[in-house]
Amino acid sequence: MSRAETAVRSPRPLRTLGLLRSELTTTFRRWRTLALLGVLAAVPVLIGAAVRIETSDGSPAGPGDGGEGPAFVAQITNNGLFLVFTALAVTLPFFLPMAVGVIAGDAIAGEAHAGTLRYLLVAPAGRTRLLLTKYAATVAFCLAATFVVAVSALAVGALLFPLGDLTTISGTRIGFTEGLGRALLIALVVALSLTGLAALGLFVSTLTNSGIAAMAATVGLLITVQILDQIPQLHAVQPYLFSHYWLSFADLVRDPVHWDDLVRNLQVQALYTAVFGSAAWARFTTKDITA
Amino acid sequence: MAPYGSDDSIGAEEADGRPAGRRRAVRYAVPVAVVGMAAATIGLVPAIADSGSPDLPKITAQQLIEKIARSDVQQMSGTVRISTDLGLPDLGGLEKGLISGADKGGEGSSADPKSKLTELAFGTHTVRVATDGPDRQKISLIEDAAEYSLIHNGKDVWGYDSRSNEVFHGTVEDDGRTHDKHDKHRSEVPATPKDFADQLLKSVDDTTSVTVDGTAQVAGRDAYRLVVKPKHASGTTVGAVSIAVDAATGLPLKFTLTPASGGAAVVDAGFTRISYDKPAASAFDFTPPKGARITEEKDRGKDAGKEPGKDAHSRDLGPAGKGLARSGGPKIIGEGWNAVAVFDSGASGTEDGTPRAFGHGDPSRFLSSLGDRVSGAFGKGTVFSTRLINALMTDDGKVYVGAVTKEALVKAANSER
Repeated sequence: MSRAETAVRSPRPLRTLGLLRSELTTTFRRWRTLALLGVLAAVPVLIGAAVRIETSDGSPAGPGDGGEGPAFVAQITNNGLFLVFTALAVTLPFFLPMAVGVIAGDAIAGEAHAGTLRYLLVAPAGRTRLLLTKYAATVAFCLAATFVVAVSALAVGALLFPLGDLTTISGTRIGFTEGLGRALLIALVVALSLTGLAALGLFVSTLTNSGIAAMAATVGLLITVQILDQIPQLHAVQPYLFSHYWLSFADLVRDPVHWDDLVRNLQVQALYTAVFGSAAWARFTTKDITA
Repeated sequence: MAPYGSDDSIGAEEADGRPAGRRRAVRYAVPVAVVGMAAATIGLVPAIADSGSPDLPKITAQQLIEKIARSDVQQMSGTVRISTDLGLPDLGGLEKGLISGADKGGEGSSADPKSKLTELAFGTHTVRVATDGPDRQKISLIEDAAEYSLIHNGKDVWGYDSRSNEVFHGTVEDDGRTHDKHDKHRSEVPATPKDFADQLLKSVDDTTSVTVDGTAQVAGRDAYRLVVKPKHASGTTVGAVSIAVDAATGLPLKFTLTPASGGAAVVDAGFTRISYDKPAASAFDFTPPKGARITEEKDRGKDAGKEPGKDAHSRDLGPAGKGLARSGGPKIIGEGWNAVAVFDSGASGTEDGTPRAFGHGDPSRFLSSLGDRVSGAFGKGTVFSTRLINALMTDDGKVYVGAVTKEALVKAANSER
C-alpha cells in the first residue's frame, strides 16, 4: 500500500511541469493567441511610423504647446528607447489587458465548452494543480504579450530613430545600457500589472461553461473598471481598482525612481490575485464538472 | 487507475463524511478572509502610523521659532505632498487659465517656472526636493508619466518640462545680487513646508498668538507642533496654521492651514519622506536633451524684472493671491491678518491692469454669475469667495483681495472712499 502510494506521488513535480508544458504549448500554438500577439506587435510599428511621418519636416512630436498625447511621445524622436515606454503606455489601458482577458477567460470555460475539461481531470493531477497550471500559463502569456510589445517597439525605435544616452523625465542623464535595463524592468512591471486581471478572468472562467461568455465578461469588467477610474466622484474607491496604478510604471523613468505608486500597484495586483485566485479555487474544486 | 480516484482533494474529504455544502462554504471563506484581512490592514496601518506623538523635552514657542531661524540644513532630499483645497468649484482647468493668464500672455513656455506655480495652487501634488548647499537645488513636480524639474546648479537655473520636452533657462549673476536672484527663482515655486513657514513667520507680530502644541511624527522624524493663530479673529478667514518642526534639525516638515470656517485644511504641505544625506551630484546636472525647445529667460518679455512689493504682500493672499499680486503693485489696507490688497484696474488701462489677471476674452459675465452682489458706501460690486481668499470687484474696476471675510472686504472698500 505504502509503496504503491509513493509510486504515485513521487513523480508529481515532474508531472506538474509536464502539465504546464503541455498547457503552454496548447496556449501558444493557438491561432487566436498568435493573432493577439501579432496585433500587439503591430501597435509600436504604427506609433513609430506615425511619429516619424509627423516629424519628418523637423517639427517636434506631439502638439508642441499643449503637451497632450500619449506619455513620452515628445521624446521619441530624440531617443528610440522612448518608443518602448510610449508603446507600453498606449497598449496598457486596453490592448494588453483585453488580450489577457481573452486568454484568462478561456482558460477553464473554454475547456468546458469544448468538452475537454473532464479528460484533463481524469489525469491524476487534481483540480487545484490544474487551476494553478492554468494561472501560470495565463501569467506566462502576460509576460509574452508585454515583451512582444517591448521588443517590437525597441526594434522599430532602433530602426527609425537614434539611440543613445537618454534624459530621464527628471532631467538627469543615464547611459543607454541603464536605459535598456529600465526598459526591461518596466516590461516586467507591466506584465505583473496584468496578473490581477488574469486572476479575475480565471475566476470568471470557472463560473461558466461558455468560453465566449467568460471572455466577454472579463473584458466587460475591464472596461467598466477603466471607466469607473475616470469618474472624479469615485476617488475614494479608485485606489482599490486593479487598473488605477497601471501607468505608475512611468515612475521607473524618473531619477531617482519614485517607488510609492509602483509598490502600491504591486500590492493591489497581489491582493486581486489572492482574492480571485482563492475564489476561483473555491469554485473550481467544489463545482460539478459536467462537460 | 480508476477515474473516480483521480480527484484527490474531493475524494479525501468525502471520506471524512463532511457534507458537500459545508465544504464549499469553508472554501469560499478563504477569499472572504483575504478581503477581510486586506480591509483590516488598509484601515489599521495608517491609524497606527499616525498615532505617534514622541516624548520630547519641553520647549517654548520662542525657542522653537529661533530653532527654525537657526536651522541650517544644507543637504537633504525628500518627497513633499501638497494639497490645496480652496473650495473652488471644479471648472475643469479653467481656474488655471484665470490665474495664470496674467503671466502667460500667450508666449509662455510650459517650462517657465511662473506657469508652473499656479498648478500647485489647485489639487494635490507630489513634489520632490533636493538640496546640496546654497548653489545646488532641485524641485521636481511629479505628474502622470511626466515631471517638471526646476534645477539650480551654480550659475544656471533650468526648468525642464518632460511632457512637452521644453526647457527654460535662466542665469544667476555671480555678484552681490546672487542671493536675491536665487531667492526670486526659488520663491516662484513655494514647494516645501519651509517655504510656507518662512512666509508665515516673517509676519509674526502682536496680532498673532504662537504656541507649541505637543509633538508629532512626520515622515518618520520626531517633530514639535507650532500653532500660529490670529489673536483677534475678527475679519480674517484664517483659522490656524500648524507647523511641524523637526526636533533635531529645526526644519519645518509639515505646514497645515485650516480656515476659520472649519473643515479640511486649505493648504496641507508635508514631507512624506526625508533624508539628510547628501543627494547624488548627478541629480543637479542638466544638459538640455536633443530636440528640446529652449526658452531663455531674457526672451520671455520684460515683466520679469518688475514685481514690486510681491513678497511683502503675497503672504496674506496665499499662492493664488501671489499670481494676482504679480500683475501690479497693490495697495494694502489694514495690517496683519486683516490686510486687504487693492488693485486699481481702472479704465486707464495700465499695462499690467488687473483684468488680464482674469484671463482672455470676455469672461466677466461668467465671473459675475459665480459671485455675490454687494453694495455699500463704495458703490456696487461682486464678491468672489473661496474657503480662504475672498475678492471684491467693484463696478468701477477696483479689486480688493484678502484672506478676510466678505464683511471685512466691504468695510475696507468703504474706508477707501
